[in-house]
Amino acid sequence: MQAVLIAGALVLIAVGAVIFTLVTPWWFTPQASNWGEIDSTLLLTIWITGIAFVLVNLFVAYTVIRYRHREGQRAEYLPEHKRLEWGLIALTTVGVIVLLAPGLFVYSRFITPPEEAMLVEVVGEQWRWTFRFPGPDGVLGEADPQRISFENPFGIDPDDPYAQDDVLVLGNELHLPVGVPVKLQLRAKDVLHSFYVPQFRVKMDTVPGMVTHLWFTPTEVGRYEIACAEYCGIGHHTMRGVVVVEDEESFRQWLATQPIFGSPAGRSE
Amino acid sequence: MSMEKRVAVPKEAHAQEQAHDHHEPQSFWTKYVFSQDHKVIAIQFTVTALFVGFVGLVMSWGMRLQLGFPGLFEFLNPNTYYQAVTQHGMIMIIYVLTAILLGGFGNFLIPLMLGARDMAFPFVNMLSYWVYLLSVIVLLASFFVPGGPTGAGWTLYPPQAILPGTPGSDGGIVLMLLSLVIFIAAATMGGLNYVTTVLQLRTRGMTLMRMPLAIWGIFVASILALLAFPALFVGGVMLLLDKVAGTSFFMPTIVQFGQKLGYEGGNPLLFQHLFWYFGHPEVYIVALPAFGLISELVSIHARKPIFGYRMMIWAILAIGVISFVVWAHHMFVSGMNPYFGFFFATTTLIIAIPTAIKVYNWVLTLWRGNLHLNTPMLFAIGFISTFVIGGLTGLFLGNVVVDIPLSDTYFVVAHFHLVMGVATILAIFGGLYHWFPKATGRMLNETLGKAHFWVTFLGSYAIFFPMHYMGFLGVPRRYFDFEAFDFIPESMAGLEAFITVAALITGAAQFLFVVNVIWSLAKGPKAEPNPWRATTLEWQTPTTPPPHGNWGPTLPAVYRWAYDYSVPGAPDDFIPQTVPVAAPVAAAPAPGTVTDGGGGDGASDGSEPTKRDGE
Repeated sequence: MQAVLIAGALVLIAVGAVIFTLVTPWWFTPQASNWGEIDSTLLLTIWITGIAFVLVNLFVAYTVIRYRHREGQRAEYLPEHKRLEWGLIALTTVGVIVLLAPGLFVYSRFITPPEEAMLVEVVGEQWRWTFRFPGPDGVLGEADPQRISFENPFGIDPDDPYAQDDVLVLGNELHLPVGVPVKLQLRAKDVLHSFYVPQFRVKMDTVPGMVTHLWFTPTEVGRYEIACAEYCGIGHHTMRGVVVVEDEESFRQWLATQPIFGSPAGRSE
Repeated sequence: MSMEKRVAVPKEAHAQEQAHDHHEPQSFWTKYVFSQDHKVIAIQFTVTALFVGFVGLVMSWGMRLQLGFPGLFEFLNPNTYYQAVTQHGMIMIIYVLTAILLGGFGNFLIPLMLGARDMAFPFVNMLSYWVYLLSVIVLLASFFVPGGPTGAGWTLYPPQAILPGTPGSDGGIVLMLLSLVIFIAAATMGGLNYVTTVLQLRTRGMTLMRMPLAIWGIFVASILALLAFPALFVGGVMLLLDKVAGTSFFMPTIVQFGQKLGYEGGNPLLFQHLFWYFGHPEVYIVALPAFGLISELVSIHARKPIFGYRMMIWAILAIGVISFVVWAHHMFVSGMNPYFGFFFATTTLIIAIPTAIKVYNWVLTLWRGNLHLNTPMLFAIGFISTFVIGGLTGLFLGNVVVDIPLSDTYFVVAHFHLVMGVATILAIFGGLYHWFPKATGRMLNETLGKAHFWVTFLGSYAIFFPMHYMGFLGVPRRYFDFEAFDFIPESMAGLEAFITVAALITGAAQFLFVVNVIWSLAKGPKAEPNPWRATTLEWQTPTTPPPHGNWGPTLPAVYRWAYDYSVPGAPDDFIPQTVPVAAPVAAAPAPGTVTDGGGGDGASDGSEPTKRDGE
């Protein structure tokens, strides 16, 4: 009785897992960046681990039915089987290599932003996001948390010539041009946060006292939510932002409406 | 394996001396409360840990009620929610799993399975329990200070853990850190004891390569604990200093809510490295003893030698070593040097190989066995299934680039609960059902036990399996609510409610165990000395439950490995370790007597377990 139940449960789990995976309404969001390769490595991992999961559960279900205790039955005395053990080790090693090699290959790209990528700064604080563009000179002005004040929320060095044309985005909304690689430079003012856009498949913590980096190319026009993905206190779940991906022209128009650090409008913010 | 050379003759004379001490008459207080008997201490650890586990369970209900039915319960707000999340995690990992597996099973099994009268340092052992209890009291006291317990998340990441904006960032976090420091003192006393006992007090003939795998798991886990907990200790003390003494170990220049704080120059990542240098081995501190228990259960109840005994030991040792060089896979998106990703992804996926060996060997032990599907065996099978899914999802999170979209989503929640929560708890319950007769002299009720198993096993899948898909969707963890997220479909609200109902039922089912224990202690059938017909020494004690000192006047001697089940030609389907090889096999429960000066000095060959060593 217990044998049928436990074998049935294991078969149900194995088969149910496959069916659930096929029909689930909860699946990847539509991919909206260049990181289709990340989805490929993830799918590869789902396949390989899924097969292993189903096989082990079905095998246990089989042993439970086939070798359940019955009157007069005796187990086989089988302490070792060298060839079987080494065969399984070899098989597992192959599986690990098949998962790891493409993973590391994609990762090496993930940490190598293209030269021409557009630089944008992201600053996390409890519990909102702000952003800074480097302006026409393409260089962000020096910033130091010691200098942060109400008038100078980014802590920018007012004497730095590179800082004068920096564009400050103080809302929770970041606009990006479609098809242009973006390199984010991430900072935090207070505690850890994490810049995360599910549709871009990217995530990176912002750390006070440090600068971290992330790059991607938005490939689909649209509005995407930023969710903070590193617990940052009681407002963590409200720390949302928006990335608006649009054509180059709309992006330029939007950027032109944002205050510039060197201008009176930028200082008084 | 140079350790084997040191086996020689265990300290027979010393053990005999102890025996005399132990037969002194004792008062109620020294016998049951301030006891130095490892078995009483084991029960104290287990009962205390199960009680704290009840607190942890209630915390999880709190958070599930909010997620399943947001806004319905007034006592749930971001403050209480994050406190519940934090306390649930911390309590379950440290104060329940670690305490019950090392303090409970370690204490009970090490001397009994090795044929010792007690731990090497019984007084320190007793102290270990009382210091553990103190850490629990300090932890629970934090619920009653102004601001309540800390809600910093169980990882206690600074700067947030000690700053306003996080629940319990005053008294709560201070007591939490103090409690951890006290716990580590207790764990160190225990760990030194377990390691010393295994190395020094094995009875005659009990070579390292004849030890049951339960002891191997507990032994290596204790070594890991001794090496890993100090990192948490220093991290905790430094964070405490940052909080109360104004130091800046982990605190850089911070501008919070427009105010500049007095910190400067510290590094938050340093804490993460210290935390996970402890935190990842901690996974194996919990998992290795669970592996060991499962190896015993599977072999005994399948009436078959554990498959690949030597490979199992090598796997345990390999896991133990590698577990110290994988920690930063918890930090792939932390902002650490991105090149570390290559190294830590590789080491993490390598550790999957010895772990997979263990799974294969359990499954191959079942294969061609004679499976008695009693409650302990059901829990063991449940362990295998949940450990496999939890282990396989580790391959997602360990492979750095696959981790990036999944990190800090519900996929992670599903992964670590199945592998470290559910699987380990199933192993613990399997162990409790299995060794309860030896500890108490009574059998537990099988019907209640099976009901407990079925609700727990199926309930756990119902709770955690769908969370993998929430993770694929990208739902972030540690969120009080998911209002107004466009990328999350409305159907997820129904799923959250379903998970909450499953969690309430599964949690409530744990009381079946409590009822079973209370009922069986009073009315359960008396246990025979060896009800499962097992080979290991704890089942060969002259009386059940064994008295203080365990063995009567003479220590048992060991003549064979721990897994002589269904040996061809033997009349019974098990041969206790105490049965000499030459004398053909009467499965007598009486302990073998010490006949000569032989001690094991070489590895027993697993494939020729009847070989008589060192005689």
